[in-house]
Amino acid sequence: MTDDWPLFEVFIRSRSGLEHKHVGSLHAADARMAIEHARDVYTRRQEGVSIWVVRSNDILASDPDEADALFEPARDKVYRHPTFYAIPDEVKNL
Amino acid sequence: MYTQGLDSLGKESLHVGSADTAALEARFQARIDADDKIEPKDWMPDAYRHTLIRQISQHAHSEIVGMLPEGNWITRAPTLRRKAVLIAKVQDEGGHGMYLYSAAETLGISRQQMLEQLLAGTAKYSSIFNYPTLTWADVGAIGWLVDGAAIMNQIPICRCSYGPYARAMVRICKEESFHQRQGFEIMLALARGTAQQRAMAQDALHRWWWPSIMMFGPSDTDSKHTAQSMRWKIKRFSNDELRQKFIDITVPQAQFLGLAIPDPELGWDEAAQHYRFGAIDWSEFQAVLKGSGPCNRERLGARVRAHEDGEWVREAAAAHADKQRARAAAQAA
Repeated sequence: MTDDWPLFEVFIRSRSGLEHKHVGSLHAADARMAIEHARDVYTRRQEGVSIWVVRSNDILASDPDEADALFEPARDKVYRHPTFYAIPDEVKNL
Repeated sequence: MYTQGLDSLGKESLHVGSADTAALEARFQARIDADDKIEPKDWMPDAYRHTLIRQISQHAHSEIVGMLPEGNWITRAPTLRRKAVLIAKVQDEGGHGMYLYSAAETLGISRQQMLEQLLAGTAKYSSIFNYPTLTWADVGAIGWLVDGAAIMNQIPICRCSYGPYARAMVRICKEESFHQRQGFEIMLALARGTAQQRAMAQDALHRWWWPSIMMFGPSDTDSKHTAQSMRWKIKRFSNDELRQKFIDITVPQAQFLGLAIPDPELGWDEAAQHYRFGAIDWSEFQAVLKGSGPCNRERLGARVRAHEDGEWVREAAAAHADKQRARAAAQAA
């Protein structure tokens, strides 16, 4: 049996004006075949107008164990949201 | 996604003692109880991982083997419209297999391993696909009943605790409803057709009814995985609950078609507000599951042959990719 073809992650832009969104993954011998397969696997019902593929090995991801260290610092900075500031009702357009 | 990245998974469980494992498990269960989703790189108990690998890979194999009984009728579909629809449906089943294999891969099993298990005959797939499709009406009955039962099983899995599986199921369920409707449409055309066509539809319902209601799996009292899977929110309803729901919605559809369901004990229970139905012959289910169904050997043989016949295509694609890479490297140098 031949070895597994490399794994690619597939991102689809559903219509122009929107961002590409991860939809899943597939195996292909090369990037061109990955795009062709992604067309058949992920856009059989006009789900996309553009496809990105990227080798799964080339993706670096944050470690869930470090999620606290990464994201905790933003938790107490509520002053970054507009609702933190009390403005009298009489003041308009602010 | 990130299959290869899973090499680093499990390190936590290697380095922690049993007290820590208990704490991790408690935290894991708390997340599930809070309806949080589990994602590929999150810590999870080994048993949760293995249950999902088993369930998702079996599900993927079922989609792939499920292409065979219907593919059998593509060349003999009665009209061009029916043929186009059937090709689209069979292609969808292939696509569903692909979504599910890629979801299973996020748990640390490779596509190659799953494929080998299927081809070696060590993996299970839905026993329904070991029944033959003898007439065109079987294509209708499969869409109506088999896809109908599959949808009933699959909709709750859209809320499964494991993110990649849930997302694959959302995609699949969206596509399945066309499968069921085209099946019912075939049955309706036959039921409204000549006496011979009606007889064909009746014969198909006769053969597919019991295998379809067995698709929900063993009765709750005999289902060894149900309780744990419910705790993990892999499963949301028990086999018997889903089976009852399926029967309740399907009986009126059969009545609309004017076809008889092959169960003399079937009847409306006013007090329970459900249809009562006769005892299921589980010995048949077990026999088909263990390999003695009418088509087990044929189905697996067809898969193995397709894989072997495709070997040169895979080799050629790999050689082409290598050549392109070498050319790109030479040009860059």
